[in-house]
Amino acid sequence: MRVELRIDGEAAVAEIDRPGESLLSTLRDRLGLTGTKNACEQGECGSCTVLLDGDPVCSCLVATAQCEGREVKTVVGAVPRPVRDAFIACGAVQCGFCTPGLLVSVADLLEREPDPRDAQIREALAGNLCRCTGYEKIIDAVHAAAEAMSSEAISDGVPRVPARSHLHHNQWINVSNIPRAAGDSTEDTP
Amino acid sequence: MPEPVAGEPNGTTAAAPEPTARTKTAPTKTAPTKTPTPPTRAAGGVGTPLQERSGGVGSSPTRPDAAAKANGAFDYASDLEFPGMLWGHTLRSPHPRARLVSIDTAAALAMPGVAAVLTAADVPGKRYYGLIEADQPVLAIDEVNYQGEPVAIVAAETLDLARRAAEAVTVEYEELETHWDPEEAVEAGNVFRYQPVRLGDPDAQVPAAVVAREYVVGMQDQAPLGPESGVAVPSGDGGVSLYVATQWVHSDLEQIAPCLSLEPDRIHMAIAGIGGAFGAREDLSVQVHMAMLALATARPVKMMYDRAESFVGHVHRHPARMRYEHAADADGKLLYVKARIVLDGGAYASTTEAVVGNAASLAVGPYEVEHVSVDAWGARTNNPPCGAMRGFGGVQTCFAYESQMDALAEMLGLHPLEFRRRNAVAQGSKLITGQIVDAYDPERAGGPSNPGRPFSPLADMLGRFKDIPVPAVPAARDIVELPGGTGNTTHGEGVRRGVGYGVGLKNVCYSEGFDDYSTARVRLELVDGETVAFVHTAAAEVGQGHWSLQAQIARTELGVDRVELLPNDTKVGSAGSSSASRQSYMTGGAVKAACEAVRELWQGRDLADGPIEATQVFRHRVTKPMDPVTGQGESHVQLALCVHRATVDVDVELGLVKVVDLTCVQDVGKIMNPVALEGQIHGGSAQGLGLAVMEEMITEQGRVRNASFTDYLIPTILDMPPMRLRIVENADPEAPYGLRGAGEPPTLSSTPAIVAAIRDATGLALTHIPVRPEHLTAHLGRQP
Amino acid sequence: MTAPQATASFYRPADLGEALRDLAAHPEAVPVAGGTDLMVAVNYRHTRPAAMLDLTRIAELRAWSDEGAAIRIGSGVTYARICAELATVLPGLAAAARTVGSPQIRNRGTLGGNLATASPAGDGHPPLLATGATIEIASAAGRRTVPIADFFTGPKRSVLEPGELITAVIVPKALGPQQFLKVGTRNAMVIAVCSLAVALDLDARRLGTGIGSAGPTPLTAPDADRIELPWARPDLFNDALAEEFGRRVAAAARPIDDVRGTAAYRRHALAVCAARALRRVWTAAHGTEAGR
Ligand SMILES: Cc1cc2nc3c(=O)[nH]c(=O)nc-3n(C[C@H](O)[C@H](O)[C@H](O)COP(=O)(O)OP(=O)(O)OC[C@H]3O[C@@H](n4cnc5c(N)ncnc54)[C@H](O)[C@@H]3O)c2cc1C
Ligand code: FES
Ligand code: FES
Repeated sequence: MRVELRIDGEAAVAEIDRPGESLLSTLRDRLGLTGTKNACEQGECGSCTVLLDGDPVCSCLVATAQCEGREVKTVVGAVPRPVRDAFIACGAVQCGFCTPGLLVSVADLLEREPDPRDAQIREALAGNLCRCTGYEKIIDAVHAAAEAMSSEAISDGVPRVPARSHLHHNQWINVSNIPRAAGDSTEDTP
Repeated sequence: MPEPVAGEPNGTTAAAPEPTARTKTAPTKTAPTKTPTPPTRAAGGVGTPLQERSGGVGSSPTRPDAAAKANGAFDYASDLEFPGMLWGHTLRSPHPRARLVSIDTAAALAMPGVAAVLTAADVPGKRYYGLIEADQPVLAIDEVNYQGEPVAIVAAETLDLARRAAEAVTVEYEELETHWDPEEAVEAGNVFRYQPVRLGDPDAQVPAAVVAREYVVGMQDQAPLGPESGVAVPSGDGGVSLYVATQWVHSDLEQIAPCLSLEPDRIHMAIAGIGGAFGAREDLSVQVHMAMLALATARPVKMMYDRAESFVGHVHRHPARMRYEHAADADGKLLYVKARIVLDGGAYASTTEAVVGNAASLAVGPYEVEHVSVDAWGARTNNPPCGAMRGFGGVQTCFAYESQMDALAEMLGLHPLEFRRRNAVAQGSKLITGQIVDAYDPERAGGPSNPGRPFSPLADMLGRFKDIPVPAVPAARDIVELPGGTGNTTHGEGVRRGVGYGVGLKNVCYSEGFDDYSTARVRLELVDGETVAFVHTAAAEVGQGHWSLQAQIARTELGVDRVELLPNDTKVGSAGSSSASRQSYMTGGAVKAACEAVRELWQGRDLADGPIEATQVFRHRVTKPMDPVTGQGESHVQLALCVHRATVDVDVELGLVKVVDLTCVQDVGKIMNPVALEGQIHGGSAQGLGLAVMEEMITEQGRVRNASFTDYLIPTILDMPPMRLRIVENADPEAPYGLRGAGEPPTLSSTPAIVAAIRDATGLALTHIPVRPEHLTAHLGRQP
Repeated sequence: MTAPQATASFYRPADLGEALRDLAAHPEAVPVAGGTDLMVAVNYRHTRPAAMLDLTRIAELRAWSDEGAAIRIGSGVTYARICAELATVLPGLAAAARTVGSPQIRNRGTLGGNLATASPAGDGHPPLLATGATIEIASAAGRRTVPIADFFTGPKRSVLEPGELITAVIVPKALGPQQFLKVGTRNAMVIAVCSLAVALDLDARRLGTGIGSAGPTPLTAPDADRIELPWARPDLFNDALAEEFGRRVAAAARPIDDVRGTAAYRRHALAVCAARALRRVWTAAHGTEAGR
């Protein structure tokens, strides 16, 4: 069956073959949008967090067919630039598997609460497990992002990195002819 | 801040095309006008102040993988997709032990879209594999020995179909008696290894104080967020390429090739993006299975475990039962330690042998004691196989000996820090294996001499806590800051604060005579007028920041700005595993050595005449096996220390715990990258916290009861306290830059510190981890 | 699979009438609201619905209304909204809602889904039991209401029949302080080891209790509710009373041992929670002096 929705600001169409297919599977396995991660499919880890009509939800628990006509924003389209920069600058990214989901949750938090206290940050991010960082640098990053956003009074919520990166797998693992996006290169400012 | 433009690297990139190919153009830096010359200063060794280099050793440059990870573009193994790709899935045994009576694959094969269903009979070559001993069947043969053992594999057009097809395979089992009690296995001699340590004569001592207790450590899971995953791509000529999330690609290859009956050079392996590891990717998971399916179907096959499968699809931390007897004299000096340590290795060998070695050799921790009797076993049972997890054999005993140290201190009326200080190893002390502690000699390093007493890094570290106050109890707190959190169980009722300490001693690199080495290839090349270092190793970036470290070393050693990191694959020699806190030491050492060799070749040569390349293999000093009877031997390369102080609030009536502060003093030899180092300490401490208060794979007679994130709980952001770190740099003269491995020690010491703090708050003995609410309340006898 | 056939397997009714007709015509269709229970089961292949019926587009299920003495909460109202919008009128339910899963779960999970799943560990249930809420159920054949105390019939079983939808929950407005306490082995994102709701009705001078995760179904504790409280002389309230209440609540529980906790611990914890809850509501009702 055909489901039409908007993903990161663009119209998208998914052909699904069972009513229980999750939005997460559709994004990753049908549409090749692997920025949203799958770490449990139980709603427990938050790696798959996306904004559904503006609210952070676990995409593994949303049936794709429920999204007809709805607006989905992933890490690619939901995260203001200062939030990503703060995560990178503060060392909040280790293995990074939790990062896309966390960024979406943080973007939502800062939208609602531009200068959150630690206790608010912790309650807001309790649904995003991270196994690597012990969360310390994630909290630093949220504060840093809050500061950057208020000082810049950023109005531009759309990240400028290409929504679907046009790099290729061989960036990472040296195979060719792979049709989808892959590793990005990065600035290296100490 | 400039935009990172795809395809236009500015500084380090995490990967690059092969240097011979047309390289990317237009770096944003202006090209130097003349050909660069090699740096003239000496390489940074111990005592040599490193030349400040932006992005070099000692700084925290932006990780080369951070931006891609933060915009969703980074490719983890589970993100890979190849044209024409099939999905694989594994059928696993529901029983801990059973005879395989029959397997009927016909119904599964008949499903449209199913491309292959394979069983043990289809394994092309050797039917067993293993990291140390090849005892684990690729697919079960005649018998299954643990719940979750792979029985058959399926490839189909979609993951959903592959899973359904696996369910359509009919397997008839005859259940057999399950051996799930490790003590019984030890009785029966059913062990992977027995290692004693004997020193002096414990029985001849006359102690002033004795503490004898039994300790239990539950089975912990690494629970990396990235699932086991990879893709196997047939090369068309009978060979195969594997892209997989693994900690040690060369060891994988060694195990895979015989199973596939292929020469190793017919298999190309590359490490795909890794979503955390912590030991869970040391053993093979999807590798042989997806390669078999790819070879059988002549199509790329992807496998990815779901969380339930992941919990049974990798090894765990060994659960342990340990009986310890510690004795001290009236002056508060340890007299003797006796320990009986039973680790449950589960059904297959994995790395139990090495884990037992660590448990035995580190059984008393960093304390001087002259009379020791340690017996350590790794039992074989029908429980899930256990192997590597961060801390590797050091975690279990650390909980026990630190608990014992506290109990003895209390009995002697000494502060826990003072009792530890009196017994701390110092420069020149011997461990119980006879290994001389070559910790750090301030005099040799040109520091202040310390006449009379040899320098004890541990005593020094213990002393640092007096300057860091225990946090005060705040006047008003949100419920999320109290035990039970938003559960609203306490507004302060029943809450008591406790403080406790823990010390961990961990060996770094491989021990017991293992030929441990790493390889690095470094090539210096002019790219559009800029000097670029290409670094090629097979070391796994599991999240720890190793890519950054390699680039930092290349910058420091070669004076370049731009470093390109080539794919981590089998086209270069082995780097060993990203485990044992060894990769900074070993692959860091190899990259440094290769850079030095390049620098040498560079003298008197013009880069414009062509690239300069060098490959170096780096080895640490030779270690010795432990004596099988006495355990004696210089079995370890390097030792690293970490001390934690935990402050907890315990709701003593409900048994709920909130860790409110963790303060950590760790000796890292040399800070290579401050931000990455702090991240390792934070994350390692968090895993120790998990083991202290919540993480346990619960098995009942071999059956796992909680293979999900719903019931296997790992710490959330509301469980982790703020942390304060004090980092000590007692350089190791033998290690590159003087560094000490830093990833594991915090995982050892945070657990006993937290449990000690809970004891302080409750007055209970607490000999079982994780500490569960019922352990804290059973004595209250309130049950009607 | 061709498109028309496939479309037929997922229904997106725009209003309740259409939903009930769809359900009557396609009894195999499984309703889905937030999906936070159903989709876990689907993802792990415990169930494989041939057809699903989406409740998230039905406006009347997603609204709550003030009915005077009670709030009528549409079955599709999420926990996030209960926390944000109903905390003053239904403090017990809002406190429970705050403990459910994580923000992501609370943004999707609904009270109707919680009831239909009927897990003994459902956090929505104890406050509904403590306040004597009523469940409104509809089918193509008509509507009926069921008192919450009669709703649960066993572990994950309720009086809900095939073809029926929960349309709303009618919860009496708080007439006094309410408390919800949930015990879990982690400080967030945890299924209750046990939970307890207490509601004090100052008008009727009545106490209501609901117990979660300590029996085959969520439970009430009638014997505990009947405890003699010093309404006329609130300052006579003392710890002994609170503890007696705790004992009675614990006695009402029928817990088992499982991976989340032991039966003995659950009883113990309920006793402690109940004593604390009663002290808190009494203190809140009668000033800070009482209750010590
Ligand atoms: C990570 C995680 C954490 C959780 N934590 C908690 C927790 O702390 N406490 C807690 O109580 N629960 C928890 N849950 C469970 C779940 O979130 C709740 O039970 C939630 O209320 C379910 O609502 P839903 O709308 O998502 O239900 P759905 O999953 O959409 O539906 C659940 C069931 O109810 C049926 N159904 C739904 N709505 C109706 C209706 N109106 N009429 C008839 N049938 C209907 C469906 O057919 C399905 O069988 C958690 C779940 C997850 C994944
Ligand atoms: S994958 Fe959705 S919450 Fe873990
Ligand atoms: S960075 Fe690895 S899980 Fe968070």
